[in-house]
Amino acid sequence: MYQYIIRRVLVFIPMLFVLTILCFGLIKAAPGDPFSSRLDPKINPEVYEKQREALGLNDPIHIQYLNWVKGAIRGDFGESMIFKGRAVSDLIGERLENTLYLGLMTLFITVVVSIPIGIYSARHPYTPLDYGATAFGFFGLATPNFFFGLVAIYIFSITLGWLPAQGTVTRPGMEGFELFIDKIRHLILPSLTLGLAGTATYMRYMRSEVLDVLGSDYIRTARAKGMTERSVLYKHTLRNALIPIITLLGFEVGTLLAGAVITEGVFQFPGLGRLFLQSIGNRDYPTIMAINLMLGFLVLLGNLLADIFYSIVDPRIRYD
Amino acid sequence: MTQKTLLDVKGLKTYFYLEGKKVAKAVDGVDFSVSPGETVALVGESGSGKSITSLSIMKLINKPGKIENGQILFDGKDLVGLTDKQMTNIRGREIGMIFQEPMTALNPVFTIGNQIKETLIRHKKISKAEAERKAIELLKLVGFPRAEETMKEYPHQLSGGMRQRAMIAIAISCDPKLLIADEPTTALDVTIQAQILDLMDEMKKKFNMAVLLITHDLGVVAEYADKVMVMYGGQIVEETKVEELFLNPKHPYTTGLLESLPSLEKEVDRLGAIKGMVPAAHSFPVGCRFSDRCPHAMDKCREKNPELREVEPGHKVRCYLYE
Ligand SMILES: Nc1ncnc2c1ncn2[C@@H]1O[C@H](COP(=O)(O)OP(=O)(O)OP(=O)(O)O)[C@@H](O)[C@H]1O
Ligand code: SF4
Ligand SMILES: [Mg+2]
Repeated sequence: MYQYIIRRVLVFIPMLFVLTILCFGLIKAAPGDPFSSRLDPKINPEVYEKQREALGLNDPIHIQYLNWVKGAIRGDFGESMIFKGRAVSDLIGERLENTLYLGLMTLFITVVVSIPIGIYSARHPYTPLDYGATAFGFFGLATPNFFFGLVAIYIFSITLGWLPAQGTVTRPGMEGFELFIDKIRHLILPSLTLGLAGTATYMRYMRSEVLDVLGSDYIRTARAKGMTERSVLYKHTLRNALIPIITLLGFEVGTLLAGAVITEGVFQFPGLGRLFLQSIGNRDYPTIMAINLMLGFLVLLGNLLADIFYSIVDPRIRYD
Repeated sequence: MTQKTLLDVKGLKTYFYLEGKKVAKAVDGVDFSVSPGETVALVGESGSGKSITSLSIMKLINKPGKIENGQILFDGKDLVGLTDKQMTNIRGREIGMIFQEPMTALNPVFTIGNQIKETLIRHKKISKAEAERKAIELLKLVGFPRAEETMKEYPHQLSGGMRQRAMIAIAISCDPKLLIADEPTTALDVTIQAQILDLMDEMKKKFNMAVLLITHDLGVVAEYADKVMVMYGGQIVEETKVEELFLNPKHPYTTGLLESLPSLEKEVDRLGAIKGMVPAAHSFPVGCRFSDRCPHAMDKCREKNPELREVEPGHKVRCYLYE
């Protein structure tokens, strides 16, 4: 097993390398430079050249790349071109944290809601509650994020006043437990919104996995050995049914981050997604590249963790 | 009550309720008994209801199937009336079972040791250490020389024959009175088949178990069984001592089966021996279920299904030719 994990981590390194090339190359391949959209046509070409020189935009491409990677390894992504004088890493730092909380909370809700419902549906197929879950599943998949978000804000924030509709904290200066609770309260609606489609999907996956496993030969063996229903379900069935679910959850990271862009917009949530949209609009190249790298890294990390987890729960993987 | 028989199945009917109001009568009125220490073979073509009969005894019939009628007297108790929870105390403890597919019958994510031990701990109420010791002992008994290492191995690391040995270890772990083996060697290499059957036979003698052996291989029946029941269309069509069946087969279906056995004297076309196919369990012919394949079918055969009757002492047949 350790061998497998080490091998898997080693593969991670060239993938990171490819990721940096992609992040860098895509931006370089885009036409124009940070000045093209806001250039005053009357500007002195000498000044313009100076600016480009100062930003290193005239260096050979591989030198630019190496400089960027060297900086990135140290966590230095240069200065934002739009928010004058602010380091990109500064800009990203806090927002990355917010997005991570949003993502984790979403995964948590997805898992906690979808897995028990999926198990229930599989154990009691074609019952009213199973049909209810199916209906919810279609609803979850068919409802666009932003729409659900707006409706949730209308109901839970505006009408009922239960939960905050935007931001991450009510007021600055909160501390300790109070801050923790406040942050959670701010996360609930965005996480529900972001997790809606995932929850619906995983509920269906879980249902079909459990149904599949319950019909398998080894479950019949477990029953024939006289194992109790509890042991059949929680030991023999779940361990097998969760294996594919875990892998899929690893890939879910990418989907979540993509969804976060829209959800963060709806909830005025200061996360990476909103910053990403702003920096694209402003052609803030250093920021775009840094965010791309972060998102790509998170996706790869999600897959890596899923693979490692997979190797822990499925003995067949360990010895290939 | 004198304990003559261990298992007494009476009028067992297990039906599957299919879509469109169709009812598959997989087991349709089966009677037989198994005495302590006896090996009883259940033979018949694919789809004749052998597996469903054995799963009914374990009460492992899933929806849309249901034990419709009948009694399964095991050690004096009627299993049909027991709740699922009560059955968990019978399964694995009083009745052990081995299945056809050793490749899929063991849980892929738990070690062999774990799967044997959990059975012991469930039924014997012994400590983990004791279960460990007993499991190693069982593995050695069923032919794993490096039992300590096998304990830590996963099913996918073992060959089919070895997995079936592990299944036998699990099935006999709690000294059951009855061992049900549903085609235990069909999925194995011919060379391994005899080893597994010999092992079962050895265990049977060692632990004084009764065995219900399901097979479609009459050669296996001849070698290992005491009594044999031939099943067709969810019913038993002939039941007798093994020697009697081979010397003096009565039912036309049995004769057909015997003729399809390869023999030294004559070359036979195995498929040609009995023409046609087993009728589907939801559309049996009116009258004798074998009538549309039977070379001796008469008019009355197509009107009413014959009863299973004892035509000679210890020899029962379901056919109008013997009335
Ligand atoms: N889950 C099910 N749903 C519907 N019908 C079923 C189901 N299981 C079994 N049957 C019916 O029961 C009949 C008997 O099946 P069974 O598995 O007992 O046959 P078998 O004698 O064991 O055959 P084989 O040699 O192929 O194992 C089949 O013909 C089938 O029509
Ligand atoms: S009852 Fe008739 S059809 Fe059935 S086996 Fe006997 S002779 Fe053949
Ligand atoms: Mg079968």
